[in-house]
Amino acid sequence: MTEHLKMDKVQPRMLDETGQGAITVPMDRPEGRLKVAGQATYAAEYKAENMAYGVLVRATITKGQVTSIDEGSVTSLPGVLGVFATGKMPRSPAQGTAGAAPIQPEGRVDYFGQPIAVIVAESFEQARHAASNLKIAYEAETAETDPETASEIDVPDGQLLDQGDIEAAMSDAAFTVDATYTTPPHNSAAMEPHASLAEWHGDNLVLHGAYQMLKFNREELADSLGIDPEKVRIHSPYVGGGFGGKLGISQEAIAAAVAARELKRPVRVVMARQQVFEMTMRRTESRQRVRLAADKDGKITGLAHEDRVSNLPEEGFSEPTAVASHFLYGGENRFFRQEVARIHRTTAGSVRAPGEAIGQLALECAMDELAEKTGIDPVQLRIQNIPEKHPESGLPFSSNSLAQCLTDGAERFGWSERKGVGKRREGEWFVGMGVASAARTNILMESRARVTLNPDGTALVETDMTDIGTGTYAILGQIAAEMLGLPTEKVTVELGDTNLPGASGSGGSWGAASAGSSVFLGAKAIRSKIAKSLGCAPEELRLKDGIATGANNRRPLAELMSGPISEEGHIEPGTTMEEFAQSGFGAHFCEVGVNAVTGEVRVRRMLAVFAAGRILNEKTARSQGHGGMIWGIGSALTEAIEHDPRDGRIVNHDFAEYHMPVHLDVPDLDVMFVEELDDHSNPLQSKGIGELGLSGAGAAVANAIYNACGVRVRDYPATPDKIFPHLPE
Amino acid sequence: MRSFEYIRASKPEDAVRSGATIIAGGTNLLDLMKLEVMTPETLVDVTRLDMKSIDADDDGVRIGALVTNSDLAADPHIRRDYAVLSRALLAGASGQLRNKATTGGNLLQRTRCTYFTDTSQPCNKRDPGSGCAAIGGKNRILAILGASEKCIATHPSDMAVAMRALDARVEIRGHDGEIRLATLDDFYLLPGGNPEKETILGEGDLITSIHIPKPEPGKHIYRKVRDRSSYAFALVSVGGVLGIEGGKIAHASLAFGGLAPRPWRNAELEHALVGQTPDAALFDRAADILLADAKGQGDNDFKIPLARRTLKAALRELTGVSQ
Repeated sequence: MTEHLKMDKVQPRMLDETGQGAITVPMDRPEGRLKVAGQATYAAEYKAENMAYGVLVRATITKGQVTSIDEGSVTSLPGVLGVFATGKMPRSPAQGTAGAAPIQPEGRVDYFGQPIAVIVAESFEQARHAASNLKIAYEAETAETDPETASEIDVPDGQLLDQGDIEAAMSDAAFTVDATYTTPPHNSAAMEPHASLAEWHGDNLVLHGAYQMLKFNREELADSLGIDPEKVRIHSPYVGGGFGGKLGISQEAIAAAVAARELKRPVRVVMARQQVFEMTMRRTESRQRVRLAADKDGKITGLAHEDRVSNLPEEGFSEPTAVASHFLYGGENRFFRQEVARIHRTTAGSVRAPGEAIGQLALECAMDELAEKTGIDPVQLRIQNIPEKHPESGLPFSSNSLAQCLTDGAERFGWSERKGVGKRREGEWFVGMGVASAARTNILMESRARVTLNPDGTALVETDMTDIGTGTYAILGQIAAEMLGLPTEKVTVELGDTNLPGASGSGGSWGAASAGSSVFLGAKAIRSKIAKSLGCAPEELRLKDGIATGANNRRPLAELMSGPISEEGHIEPGTTMEEFAQSGFGAHFCEVGVNAVTGEVRVRRMLAVFAAGRILNEKTARSQGHGGMIWGIGSALTEAIEHDPRDGRIVNHDFAEYHMPVHLDVPDLDVMFVEELDDHSNPLQSKGIGELGLSGAGAAVANAIYNACGVRVRDYPATPDKIFPHLPE
Repeated sequence: MRSFEYIRASKPEDAVRSGATIIAGGTNLLDLMKLEVMTPETLVDVTRLDMKSIDADDDGVRIGALVTNSDLAADPHIRRDYAVLSRALLAGASGQLRNKATTGGNLLQRTRCTYFTDTSQPCNKRDPGSGCAAIGGKNRILAILGASEKCIATHPSDMAVAMRALDARVEIRGHDGEIRLATLDDFYLLPGGNPEKETILGEGDLITSIHIPKPEPGKHIYRKVRDRSSYAFALVSVGGVLGIEGGKIAHASLAFGGLAPRPWRNAELEHALVGQTPDAALFDRAADILLADAKGQGDNDFKIPLARRTLKAALRELTGVSQ
């Protein structure tokens, strides 16, 4: 049986009533020990009998056509089994939730580094050597690679909004900001590279992969191969980080499947780090113009956010840069417009908090600039401009605790100690504080899970949901335990297999709410059955530690059950997503030191306060906050893909020169949650938290730099060379 | 990676082998082999040779070529008498890499120029005569001093900067077993028209140890400016020793990283300092001398003013004179 819920109305706060004490508590991840002990098997670690090894071959032109691949140049090398997949090789990975094959261009090259074939050999080393030596002939064409000078520019209708009169608002305002910010491309840079092992059993394909959204990935892989999705099984129980980079099926999976089919033996393909950079997805670079108009009291009357991003021709995705600028602050005159430059650089796609991550680097910096112009404290300026309802749609917020995040955070951080610009100096270091708001749209997605309760007081949760390091195993077990009245160690969670009920997948910060709600519903259906056995109404039933209580009856589960009870939960988004503006909110506070000689920035401390509805696990939620804040440090200070100006090639395609923060860059990070339940979001009353942690974090760093030394970096990241020239020698 | 023959040397003579490449820690070589930037047919593993001791006396220290960067940085003699070296080592790489990397290997690190490490790109260092894609490309991390129109690579080592400032000499065992010593000034070649030739080492030569004379009493500094707090190569680094007597600079030896194809040292700069009373004007003059021939490539233009500021700050710290 399936317990189905379309989220059309407020649901009772059942998790407040259940009383097992499994939810919200900071439970360790049950698979954590396996991971740190090296016992969790990741995609690249699977072995199959008679397995061959594939290495992808990249194009070394930017645009044109492959005219010939000289297989003879490698077939004589030891161990080489052949060159495969030239016809099926996709140009790019599928975009998130595509559910269909990505473009398979058959030898057409659209960016430097695009995979065009896979070489398979008896050993990985042999395949890699052959891949380095395969001779390919091209007919090259000239290519545009610079978004600023591109001749083909799209203006997506969906990103256009013109409300009121922004020009009049700007000219009538007492205070205005009109500033342009630029952000560089980023890579998801998950620790685990993209990896797939393909095994055919007759017409059926089993793929051990590293993917975020298996239900969609199965469709994408099947469509790419031209086979029925029912014949594809994807197995992805552990994923070593996703961050958007593994949303859609990528080239190594399709290449492995094609080569394995032709060779009639299993084939494993693992991308090298350089290939992850060149072949998968990058976050677009952006140029953003933000205009703010405010009256004499600092009330915003106009807000405009325009941006230019890029992508390859024919890619439907464009970074929703201004997504949170639509509702973070009020103002009746509003203008939004996006330009998408069609250029030949590595595909742009979803990278951690697409939209918010870079949009708030600009908007929240502009708010800091407005605070300075108006002379109003940056925390106060933000609070006083929080709108009552969505300033464009007029919809009420499902919940909005931004003001409390800012207020509580200011108190805890010691914001009142903040000095004027350049006024705090400790030896060679300028010291300053910055603040930024955080907002990340909340989304519910369709999701299914099967929950089984056994008479011995154990339970099993099964869904093709993934755990990409976020804590899915933990929270799904906690939800089931809470609902079924079991200690969490009695619940086993099985994930990452398309043979299990199809889930939302991990992405868009919707995984916990969506997959969690399906588990909640499955368990709720089981509760109904137990209530019936016990002879009480479901709402009277109490389940705790394997004992059912209700209608003056108290019985162990075993006595009420003749066998396992299995129920599927099925959640779908409903009208509450249309009737309410839904978002997680937060506030970031940061203190930095800026070296007066060199312009080096060192983050000294950071605090984030989040309002994300019910917190399902205080530990994994906090870890998500930490991760986001570290992303914020990276995007503010160090991370940037560099493209060669001549051919668009990614120059710094490894971790030596693509600088993510290292331990020494990350100080003590403090995270707090405000108490909040969101009745309109889902039956758990939770909201997404993963990407909220990143949204705005980098702007708090940049604003702290300004407060420290008076240098306003509008061209991220704020590397030393952008700061020291503005400091006295 | 191309298939290769692997030989384990049990005595120095074993390292003398035609066409062979020596491997010790392998922290740089293995990466380059995977990328086929380096494709040796034969690897000679020298890690079993007896070159792992640090021998210090009143005149100086002799550091075996196989001493790991971690061990060298932690050695009490090095920390006490050669502090600049210990600090430079700890400013480089990561703990894991330092545990593996050796003293001799560190001197022979290849450039981190991203055009050198991508075989799809022309590079005169990797493929002589093919051209230099870094010129006109992304060159933020590349050289402003000592470069040529054939190559603008920088040398990535921090350790070598400290050694250059300390007048270290490299002990080399020749193919005939003869031992010779070379200053780092002689050891490293500038790119000129032949950037593929980076040192004076010839076929069959093996670095066996480094000799460093005991520095004169003075203050040590190693200051490294970088994009993140750790595990990043220097944008600019300054290392050295400076002594003051009677209010005047008695001796000064300074070397620079991140600026040039080899750890950079400028004798004229040091001459200008010695015998002078330290003040801001003197520091400016030193920076003028250092950077007189500096040439930016676009992205790395900022290194010129950054080197000036960093040198002046280092001199302020070394002399205690802030004005």
